[in-house]
Amino acid sequence: MTDRYPDETAGEFPRPPATVTDREDRELRIRTADDEEVESLVEMYLEFDPADRAQGIPPVREDQIRTWLDNLFEPDCLNIVARHDGEPIGHATLVPDVDDSYELAIFVLGEYQGAGIGTELLERLLGYAQDEDVERVWLSVERWNDPAIALYEKVGFEMSSTESFELEMGIRL
Amino acid sequence: MNVLLGIDGSDVSFEALDDTLARSTATDDDLTIAIVDRDEIDLRPDEIEATVRDHLTEADIDAQVRQLAGHPGSRLVEVADSEGFDRLVIPGGKRSALGKIKLDETIEFVLLNAETTVTLVR
Repeated sequence: MTDRYPDETAGEFPRPPATVTDREDRELRIRTADDEEVESLVEMYLEFDPADRAQGIPPVREDQIRTWLDNLFEPDCLNIVARHDGEPIGHATLVPDVDDSYELAIFVLGEYQGAGIGTELLERLLGYAQDEDVERVWLSVERWNDPAIALYEKVGFEMSSTESFELEMGIRL
Repeated sequence: MNVLLGIDGSDVSFEALDDTLARSTATDDDLTIAIVDRDEIDLRPDEIEATVRDHLTEADIDAQVRQLAGHPGSRLVEVADSEGFDRLVIPGGKRSALGKIKLDETIEFVLLNAETTVTLVR
């Protein structure tokens, strides 16, 4: 958890649902998701490149993926999914943490990375969070993951802790 | 093998204790258990030691138990490196609300500073 957040509140973020075209000209549909989406996400995470894992997630084995997703789809969590041709290719999630804060994570399948979909997912998850009156969001990121850190800074996250293996960042909505 | 196991009284540290006891039964390792005092843990060192001794009795293993006062990471490294241990075993790695593994300050200190081979149990 992070106990330092920016003083300033971030501006309004775009809300889901949305249809966007990525830089590879693929049409992607972004929508909020409930636990009925778990089965299709299990399939997505089974395809996830183990090299793209971070800090132990997503898990590798199917039973571990299922247990982990069940936790992310508890009623007080917020989830959005990006689909291409009906199949999920990206997922972003907010899980309640201590002191009314939420922890954020985002996952995009390898062949869809680097085409702008991470930004779309992240902004719309934060828009969804604003609709649900979430006020503080934090995340941790490996300190060598420059593309991810640049993405988080672009949408308004600020560094809050740099003392450990992982950096922590926070945003106030 | 001469093994030093660091225990901070967290749930995961007692799980690591049981794993290490099972292993040392199989391999006939010499085991020393070092109890460290971390601010994040509510149990006092004497309480941790009593629980450790219960586990030892239950496993029927004879091991030295010591309390290391002071900075947990540096004391573990100091004892492991200066007293001829072959391996330093430390438990740890909590998970965040979202399931991400977090390595605490003691683990980071030990991994970066120990000359002795380190096994992380999580």
